[in-house]
Amino acid sequence: MSLILKNVSKTVGGQTHIHPTDLTLEKGTMNVLLGPTSAGKTSLMRLMAGLDVPNTGHVIWNGEDVTGMRVQDRKVAMVYQQFINYPSMTVYDNIASPMKLVGKSKDEIDRAVRETAELMQLTPMLDRKPLELSGGQQQRCALARALVKNAGLVLLDEPLANLDYKLREELRAEIPRIFERAGSIFVYATTEPEEALLLGGNTATLWEGRVTQFGLTPSVYRRPENATTARVFSDPPMNFLSMTKAGSTLRFDRGEMPAPASMASLKDGEYTAGFRPNHLTLAAQTPGAIGFDAKLNVTEITGSETFIHLDYHGAKWVGLVHGIQHLQPGQPLPVYLDPAHIYLFDANGALVSAAPYAEAA
Amino acid sequence: MNKTVNQKAWFLVLPVLILVAFSAVIPLMTVVNYSVQDTFGRNEFFWAGLEWFSDMLDSDRMWDALGRQLIFSGVILAIEIPLGIFVALNMPKNGFWASFCLVLMSLPLLIPWNVVGTIWQIFGRVDIGLLGYTLDKLGITYNYTQDITAAWITVVVMDVWHWTSLVALLAYAGLQSIPDAYYQAAKIDQASRWAVFRYIELPKMAGVLMIAILLRFMDSFMIYTEPFVVTGGGPGNATTFLSIDLVKMAIGQFDLGPAAAFSLMYFLVILLISWVFYTVMVNLDKRDGV
Amino acid sequence: MAKITLDNLAHSYLPNPGHEDDFALKELNHDWIDGEAYALLGASGCGKSTLLNIISGLLQPSQGRILFNDRDVTHAPTAERNIAQVFQFPVVYDTMTVRDNLAFPLRNRGADASYVAERVQQIAQMIGMEDELNRKARGLTADAKQKISLGRGMVREDVNALLFDEPLTVIDPHMKWELRTQLKSLHHEFGHTMIYVTHDQTEALTFADKVVVMYDGRVVQIGTPQELFERPAHTFVGYFIGSPGMNLFDAQISGNAAQVAGTSINLNKTYAPKGGKTQLGVRPEFIRLNCEGLGLPAKVTRVEDVGRHKIIRLDVAGQPVSAIAEEGATVPSENTAISFDPAGINVYDDDWRISAEGEAA
Repeated sequence: MSLILKNVSKTVGGQTHIHPTDLTLEKGTMNVLLGPTSAGKTSLMRLMAGLDVPNTGHVIWNGEDVTGMRVQDRKVAMVYQQFINYPSMTVYDNIASPMKLVGKSKDEIDRAVRETAELMQLTPMLDRKPLELSGGQQQRCALARALVKNAGLVLLDEPLANLDYKLREELRAEIPRIFERAGSIFVYATTEPEEALLLGGNTATLWEGRVTQFGLTPSVYRRPENATTARVFSDPPMNFLSMTKAGSTLRFDRGEMPAPASMASLKDGEYTAGFRPNHLTLAAQTPGAIGFDAKLNVTEITGSETFIHLDYHGAKWVGLVHGIQHLQPGQPLPVYLDPAHIYLFDANGALVSAAPYAEAA
Repeated sequence: MNKTVNQKAWFLVLPVLILVAFSAVIPLMTVVNYSVQDTFGRNEFFWAGLEWFSDMLDSDRMWDALGRQLIFSGVILAIEIPLGIFVALNMPKNGFWASFCLVLMSLPLLIPWNVVGTIWQIFGRVDIGLLGYTLDKLGITYNYTQDITAAWITVVVMDVWHWTSLVALLAYAGLQSIPDAYYQAAKIDQASRWAVFRYIELPKMAGVLMIAILLRFMDSFMIYTEPFVVTGGGPGNATTFLSIDLVKMAIGQFDLGPAAAFSLMYFLVILLISWVFYTVMVNLDKRDGV
Repeated sequence: MAKITLDNLAHSYLPNPGHEDDFALKELNHDWIDGEAYALLGASGCGKSTLLNIISGLLQPSQGRILFNDRDVTHAPTAERNIAQVFQFPVVYDTMTVRDNLAFPLRNRGADASYVAERVQQIAQMIGMEDELNRKARGLTADAKQKISLGRGMVREDVNALLFDEPLTVIDPHMKWELRTQLKSLHHEFGHTMIYVTHDQTEALTFADKVVVMYDGRVVQIGTPQELFERPAHTFVGYFIGSPGMNLFDAQISGNAAQVAGTSINLNKTYAPKGGKTQLGVRPEFIRLNCEGLGLPAKVTRVEDVGRHKIIRLDVAGQPVSAIAEEGATVPSENTAISFDPAGINVYDDDWRISAEGEAA
């Protein structure tokens, strides 16, 4: 079982929603579409589901070309951001509804409904109506309906976005466990990098209608092929700094550092260095760490960590440092960075050297 | 947004096409046929070209009827739209009284046109009608069959009674769609009642109000039954609106050619004005800042 | 700007509340100090919106008084309270230009035209919309509209308080950073009393000087982010703040030692429980994995790579426990043992924290 998008694109009214895209999704995998609002996540899902017909290219399901085939004729289930259930039916009937439609026997339906309800922890609520449930339970009910259908392709469009933070955290942890057992192809759209990391599986980063990278989630996170992917897959956003490589040193506006060994073979020239907020530190932690004379704008304490919002000679940086730091905003604040955490991108934004620490990981 | 291509779907449209052909296209073509021919009876027709059209354009009768019609529609819109909005603003937002008001308001809309005419015809009579009798006793001369002003007032009040509910219901629907936060924000901003109406309620109602205006305009521009029942177009020609005049010409005088030309022009005028409304409406939806 | 006092305040949506359960907001006494930034944090239905609506005057409390600078405003209408509020969804006047939107609250109060022009310019600069001042608000993105809402809340200098009702719900993660920092620096600059309602712990902790945690209509703790993190007063606070939340272990406590699942743990301090159910609360950040097998035996069930760190899910005597390890840390494959950093241990008696002997309560 596989879903292949071949050179698929979509334009609506002269506006390109999806640039030509190739993507192969395998059976039993969780595939996260990660990107900001209107990056094309929903458009891409609609193409996969068959709700929209692509302008170019083909959608191939299990080796069969299904481009243009109606969504009703495909084995697809979808879960939306809004909790969509039949309000007048009980949870039991809601979960049973997709199976009744295809005319399964009563026993079979009953077994499947109870099994799925158990999995989604809905068993005590089977006789209730959806509107009597909490938001989290309503969305579980919608998820159960998608699962019970035993569809080959399950599309989840930001299913947790309307839930409370804590509930979201719990369902996030549950979802991969539940889905590992189902064996379908799952596609999960989200705007949050952390959600993508927690779900694991594969991640496709989207930016302005293009898939900028597709691969195993941790490797997309640690080896982004381009600056766009790095930016999309980093929350708080990645920090950037222009650098010039000359021989074995990396020079920037106000200083220089020895280039890590992995960058030795790079041509001399202009590059953009990128590094994640959590790799900035308040003290040099390795002998080679390089200091920056930044100015502190604002601090935000999360309890265990502190976000520091910095101004580095006009560039806005964010740092995420351990512990609770009581620092004076508006004052100079030296911050340090281990060169092992620097990604180098060329003028076109393509990765030329991944951070050495990530190569080691 | 389902864009699946399926050529067979065209067959599903076929019955509708046939129905429309019989109900609209063929009768309309008959009228076109009449409008360019003359007859002296015996089913003999002669080509008359655009003669009827130029005749009609030169006839004071049509221009007078058109003038009355425009005044009537103008008056109707000027009263019903603000009145409808006013009623909608003062309706309860929810609870028993909201449903009660909604039912009460939809009652006039359910009464057939000719019945409305009959009701008002009797209502306004001096001898047995409540309205006419009361006015008479108060010493106000009121006779809609003799007095032009009284006839106009009766027809206008009747239409307002019959149709303001429609505007009110549409406006009410528009108001219901405004989230509570807007009113709360306005309170916090210390906006006056007028500002709340002008900047929150009116913009949110704009869409449905355009529909209300379009519906009320088209309907009043084609009004026939009620004035026909109440005043019969009189006194004199005082309430002879376009459609009444048209019927007089076609059925009363049996001037089929001029009447056909008249109807076509009538049709085109309505089409034109509706198109203007439609364009304005669509642009209102699309209107962007900048 | 004002101090806001809640005096014996309680609210029930029922006409004749009798039992305590009938109250959506249970009796509450609190002073909101002039110029502080507060967050009201809790799950949906915990009473936080009820409290906010009472402060803004959209709701009349069924009991108690509310005072602004010691003046009773319990029955004063919203307009008289001179507050500003930003709602969950952007509220803008569509047909007005951005400029008129910002000027609206000032003009309604009859402010001088030249002052209005100057102030609007200032606010527009703050929210970064100077270039769009003459544009109609209709057709702007949700982000931009919410910025206008924020700006309109900020435009009056003399407001008693600024209230925020989950204002970042509709905003993209990347944009949230920007708006939140802006709010934070605005607070530094103008020193308004701010009350920010949210279910998102990150938003609450990063925004506020003091966080008010609500649970089931009751305020369970008011404290700085650091206090909430290090010394949660109630197990709910431990669970609700931090991700993942605090781990709880049933324990028998005698003096300075605790027995957890047959293992003795040194608490370093002496506790005198009051006889209820005693538990140890330890945040994932304070759990150490000991490969040598010292401490509580534990089994690794799952490792989640969240990028900047790893969340390790463990099974300790049949109970799920979470621990946090560094980005590059190696995690033992299955059987291991855990120990607790004594600084991170809190002791609970019937869900409420008890202090050690000699420790300030």
